[in-house]
Amino acid sequence: MATGHEHTVKAFDQDIKQLRALISQMGGLAEESIRDAMIALQRGDTKLAKEVRAKDKAIDAIEAEVEKLAVRVIALRAPMADDLREVVAALKIAAVIERIGDYAKNIAKRTPLIHATDGERIEAISLLPAMAQMAGDMVHEVLDAFSARDAEAAIRVSERDARLDDFYDSIFRTLVTYMVENPRTISEVAHLLFVAKNIERIGDHATNVAEMVYFAATGQYLADRDTDTAEN
Amino acid sequence: MTQVDFAEAADVSAIPAQTEAAPKMSARGVNVFYGEKQAIRDVSIDVDMDNVTAFIGPSGCGKSTFLRTLNRMNDTVASARVEGEITLDGENIYDKSMDVVQLRARVGMVFQKPNPFPKSIYENVAYGPRIHGLARAKGDMDQIVERSLRRAGLWEEVKDRLNDSGTALSGGQQQRLCIARAIAVDPEVILMDEPCSALDPIATAKIEELIHELRGRYAIVIVTHNMQQAARVSQRTAFFHLGTLVEYGETDQIFTAPRQERTKDYITGRYG
Amino acid sequence: MQKRIRKRYRAERRFRAIGMGAVIVSAAFLFFLLATMIGNGAAGFMRTEVALPIDFKSAPLEVDRAQLGTRGADLALAGAGLENRVKTAATAAFGEKGDELIAENAWTAVRDAIKEDPNLLSQSAHIWVPASSELDAAADGGGEPELRARVQQLRDRGALQSGFNAGFLSRADSTDPTAVGIWGALKGSILTMLVTLLIAFPIGVLSAVYLEEYAPKNRWTDLIEVSINNLAAVPSIIFGLLGLAVFLGTLGLPSAAPLVGGLTLALMIMPVIVIAGRNAIKAVPPSIRDAALGIGASRVQVVFHHVLPLALPGILTGTIIGMARALGETAPLLLIGMRAFIVTPPGGVFDPATVLPVQIFLWSDEVSRGFIEKTSAAIIVLLAFLLAMNALAIYLRNKFETRW
Repeated sequence: MATGHEHTVKAFDQDIKQLRALISQMGGLAEESIRDAMIALQRGDTKLAKEVRAKDKAIDAIEAEVEKLAVRVIALRAPMADDLREVVAALKIAAVIERIGDYAKNIAKRTPLIHATDGERIEAISLLPAMAQMAGDMVHEVLDAFSARDAEAAIRVSERDARLDDFYDSIFRTLVTYMVENPRTISEVAHLLFVAKNIERIGDHATNVAEMVYFAATGQYLADRDTDTAEN
Repeated sequence: MTQVDFAEAADVSAIPAQTEAAPKMSARGVNVFYGEKQAIRDVSIDVDMDNVTAFIGPSGCGKSTFLRTLNRMNDTVASARVEGEITLDGENIYDKSMDVVQLRARVGMVFQKPNPFPKSIYENVAYGPRIHGLARAKGDMDQIVERSLRRAGLWEEVKDRLNDSGTALSGGQQQRLCIARAIAVDPEVILMDEPCSALDPIATAKIEELIHELRGRYAIVIVTHNMQQAARVSQRTAFFHLGTLVEYGETDQIFTAPRQERTKDYITGRYG
Repeated sequence: MQKRIRKRYRAERRFRAIGMGAVIVSAAFLFFLLATMIGNGAAGFMRTEVALPIDFKSAPLEVDRAQLGTRGADLALAGAGLENRVKTAATAAFGEKGDELIAENAWTAVRDAIKEDPNLLSQSAHIWVPASSELDAAADGGGEPELRARVQQLRDRGALQSGFNAGFLSRADSTDPTAVGIWGALKGSILTMLVTLLIAFPIGVLSAVYLEEYAPKNRWTDLIEVSINNLAAVPSIIFGLLGLAVFLGTLGLPSAAPLVGGLTLALMIMPVIVIAGRNAIKAVPPSIRDAALGIGASRVQVVFHHVLPLALPGILTGTIIGMARALGETAPLLLIGMRAFIVTPPGGVFDPATVLPVQIFLWSDEVSRGFIEKTSAAIIVLLAFLLAMNALAIYLRNKFETRW
């Protein structure tokens, strides 16, 4: 649904723009974090891993700003209808992106642990970036949908979660098989399992964001919420 | 033309178990003309006993004009002409057999600027019952006055000075006196035309609380240009624009997810 | 900047001074009028009296004492030749031409004294009788020198006094300036004003109510409004002609009656009341009307319970203005015949009468000197009547203003 014309009180428009900008900024940082964390993992780049952890702090700071701004808008502008839904959605989305950032940081933290020994797990590791790419794309698209208040795009993102879950299932089986065949690598591959889990969770969060975007755009709740128990 | 959400109007799920009673007042296809100019276009709406109905809309959209058709106050304007059907308990109020004086006792009105009579507080409240012959003995009248002032939340403040002039009260008290005066004739419907616009926030809050207490005993329709007030006070909201009824539904639905673009633009402040 | 502020202050001071000056000039004129009138008229309220020695003991009056307590007393005493007795007594007391020193109707004073105390008929007494107008004038310092000398003489003997002329207010018109009274004209004015008020007020107020509340706003009502405004400015003598033609001619009502006078004046002041009434009703805020209508009051109830009480101060002001104008009108009443010489005060609204302004006009025509001060005295009475009427109306207006 298009945004239509501007508010009579121009400062209100600026506040909404600022809110969206902050969310976009957070989202951008989160996407980068996911990507960088995977690169660090593949290359064993501990420096990059540290940068990812620093980015997470930045994400947390922006989340605090979003919260402040949202409360201010509610108090001063008394938003109604779609403005109200957008502000509430922004608050919740910020919290979710903050968690996504935490997952990326978590992945980065495991980088030194996985490269205790080198070279041999490239095969297993190589599956993960593709999954991370998919999750990252979901995050990217859902935040675009939020900026554009595009309900259809949000629906599409939430539909992709099923594929991400399937991807996780296959990686899980692959990794377990590998562990069984290479018992020396169990502790490292266990970390990889957690990494895969984190990526799957990122996908779930992106789906949550999609539902919030849908509500902000249309005022209705997505009929089928993803309560799939297969993720566990 | 107009869109009216009757499906929403019939949904009384927010109100504790009442059978779906017929609406107290019903308007169908109402057009109002001032001379050649058309002020209200084809408006159809229901007002029921259990819910406070708010009319919102920008200036000049006809909400006050439409409100005044409900108790035939437009009759006082020579050039006004009303077409369509408006019923009270099923009877058409514009029918020739309907006595306007009786109608206005059943459908009371409170105005924007508090307008107590230049008489004592007691006389202000007693005037209506007196001309309608509602009190047989002196004791009856005292009772009616006390009951009305209590229901209007004014009794405690004025019980010791009932003979003081009504115009000596503060703005908020005067408006509550006007509400007591309207209540005294035992109406079935109370129409309020921007009752709080001349009052400060505390007086406004007292009146809003009063409306909440009166709900259910009287069918209340309130016109307000303050959307937050409409949101606080009503259960049903109707949005008027340029003389037409754009949207009518449950208050929380109108303010969180309005269906019409024009409604959305108005309540989010994108209008104009 | 400072210069502009100073200029502004100066302009304000100037304006205030001019306003005050205007008020002072008006007050000065008023004061001058009052002073002149009171100066001239005060003497009109006074009367010179002469002590007349009259002896009934030695020369008793032949009159039936039994009659004295009854209605026939006046006739009996007149029949007994009291008038001549008094004249002879005067000549005896004051010498030749002595009877010219006492008023023509002096014998009535003796008559009244006898009626009050019949024992006088067997006594010799000094009775105060009114002096003639010439002596009266001499006592005030005018007239011929020899009369003035006489006055001095009488004064020295203690036989002359000046007293309040109560008769002025209780007697009617007469040819003798000492015997003249204002009561006839006063009663005529009162009756005429009553008729005027009773006709003009209800019709005027109800017309104003109809025109403001009920009449549709179209060209006809505009025409009526213009006509009423013009009527208020029509010269009063035209109303006199109207009265003459319609009330006396077509309707054949008795001429010079307060009824006709009242009708004529009512026609004259009705536009004033209607205009004031309309403005007062227009000034009632529509919020009061709305409030009353909203309660379910009918239009009649709205008008009589709410609009009229609030409009009453304005209506009463208009009525005061109208009545004051009517009180002072001379020309139309002259035309309907109220210029006649009336000796008996009117009994009711159908009897011939005159009014104060007409009386003043007639007296001012008289040649005799005594009438000048009587005229001024009559003007004072007229002003007092006007003041009383206004005071009553203002009292009523204030009462209604505070009550509501």
